[in-house]
Amino acid sequence: MPQSVVGPEIERLIQLLSRLPGLGPRSARRAALHLMKKKDLLLEPLARAAAEAAASVSVCSVCGNLDTRDPCSVCSDPLRDASVLVVVEDVGDLWALERAMATRGRYHVLGGTLSPLDGIGPDQLNLSSLMHRAQDGEIKEIILAVNATVEGQTTAHYVTDMLAGTDVRITRLAHGVPVGGELDYLDDGTLAAAMKSRTPF
Amino acid sequence: MKAGRMPDPVALTSLSLTDVRNYSGLSLGFSARLVALIGPNGAGKTNLLEAISLLTPGRGLRRAAFEAITRLDTTGGWAVSAMIERDGEETRIGTGLAGIDPGSGAARRVRINGASAPSAEALLEHLRLLWLTPAMDALFTGPAGDRRRFLDRLVLTVDPGHGRRVNDMDRLLTSRNRLLDEGASPAYLDAVEAQLAEKAVAVAFARAETVALLQARIEAQGAEGSAFPSAGLSITGEFDDAVTASPSAMLEVSYRDELRETRFRDRAAGRTLSGPHRSDLSVTFAAKAMPAALSSTGEQKALLIGIILAHADLVARTSGMTPILLLDEIAAHLDPGRRAALFARLETLGVQAFMTGTDADLFRDLPASSERFEVVDGHVVRLG
Repeated sequence: MPQSVVGPEIERLIQLLSRLPGLGPRSARRAALHLMKKKDLLLEPLARAAAEAAASVSVCSVCGNLDTRDPCSVCSDPLRDASVLVVVEDVGDLWALERAMATRGRYHVLGGTLSPLDGIGPDQLNLSSLMHRAQDGEIKEIILAVNATVEGQTTAHYVTDMLAGTDVRITRLAHGVPVGGELDYLDDGTLAAAMKSRTPF
Repeated sequence: MKAGRMPDPVALTSLSLTDVRNYSGLSLGFSARLVALIGPNGAGKTNLLEAISLLTPGRGLRRAAFEAITRLDTTGGWAVSAMIERDGEETRIGTGLAGIDPGSGAARRVRINGASAPSAEALLEHLRLLWLTPAMDALFTGPAGDRRRFLDRLVLTVDPGHGRRVNDMDRLLTSRNRLLDEGASPAYLDAVEAQLAEKAVAVAFARAETVALLQARIEAQGAEGSAFPSAGLSITGEFDDAVTASPSAMLEVSYRDELRETRFRDRAAGRTLSGPHRSDLSVTFAAKAMPAALSSTGEQKALLIGIILAHADLVARTSGMTPILLLDEIAAHLDPGRRAALFARLETLGVQAFMTGTDADLFRDLPASSERFEVVDGHVVRLG
């Protein structure tokens, strides 16, 4: 094994950075070097920001979102439409919908999808709290904004069945032609789905 | 179906291999439609065909694990790269493993014109491959699973989405079996079975559609007076009898109900006992209405060649491009008359075909425009 060219502290930093999504060992080394070169401008503020976030981040007890306060910023926002609940698989999906400003409703983060082959069953997902929220009377519509994958659709099916007894309206995202998409390039399944769920113009 | 339009001729014009089977490095150019690879047993003829067969979804004509394709006594990965010419336009496609990670069941990479493709399915945009190998000689007498795989490959070459469809179905079947085994809640099983029913019906309909189209091409081929006997194809199985009779939505509901009712039985069996994953492709000699499995080996081979030729025709018509055929040891079992008829038919279809044989004599009747290569011990030499 070759002798390390950096001290153990830096080695540790590189090792941690390399575990971030999108970074491998090579890009982690580059990032670490960049941080150290800009110690005042980047490394120290980053360390402080990371420490502060670590001290205060928590899972929202209402919706499962990640935030520094509980309930999270979305759940405690009085301007949100309390009658609409958007069910997503992961916090990343919530952020995507927020970025798009796609809804004024509130969210419920499942924390994954049903996947028997990965050993993820209903008990591993944030489902019982969803049931409680659906039953408290305030919510009129639940929108299932899960991925159009086999696991996502299995989960959507399960949630729909679970909520069947409540008097909440259950909808799901449309499947079909993406905005700016050309029909010629769409796969057969998407085209068929788009045709099936066409809407009046 | 792009009727009335001639399909674009597609050809593989160059092939390079790195650490594939017995080839450490190889670069070949092809300019003909009909290519004969001639050489003794074990020289590496089939390895060449296998390398080409990796340029389509799946695991190639040997169904090998990707790690097993790497040349012996090397530890790195392997690569196959080819130039595909379609109607004068060239596309470079390639696939391979970057390195071997033991036990990882590594996924291979697919490159198209220098960019990574999200999946092997994208290769079907550029070429459609069909193959026939000696291992398929036992297709009609062997296990139903082999015929199902053969059928699904036929469907995939006309319907690129079929591979994913079958994978989804298989994964959902495994999921259901596991949930049954673990005693999961009925609600969880409901959700998985609903998805399974949807995928299963899609698979069954895609198969039925391809078989109907293929049967029509086989009949057209027979009417033109083919040297190869016409096959009568049908998909058999409880599930498939319903496909012709009911609309898809009804079938989906009834299969879902069936899955729900058979949980107890399937749990005891440890697997799902009904569905299109249990179907079989039944093949008969159309003229005699006799099951293919009962005829002689040579006749079975001729029947199979007839199916592949008709399918090549179908692929050309539906995809708008001619397929490339890999015909391993094709000439050995045919009498000279049928051999000449095969070469003539390939020429009429306008497809590119790579054929192997141990004896140059087998390819005597190839048209003058074809190319011959001698393959000896991992070296490939063009013959004058």
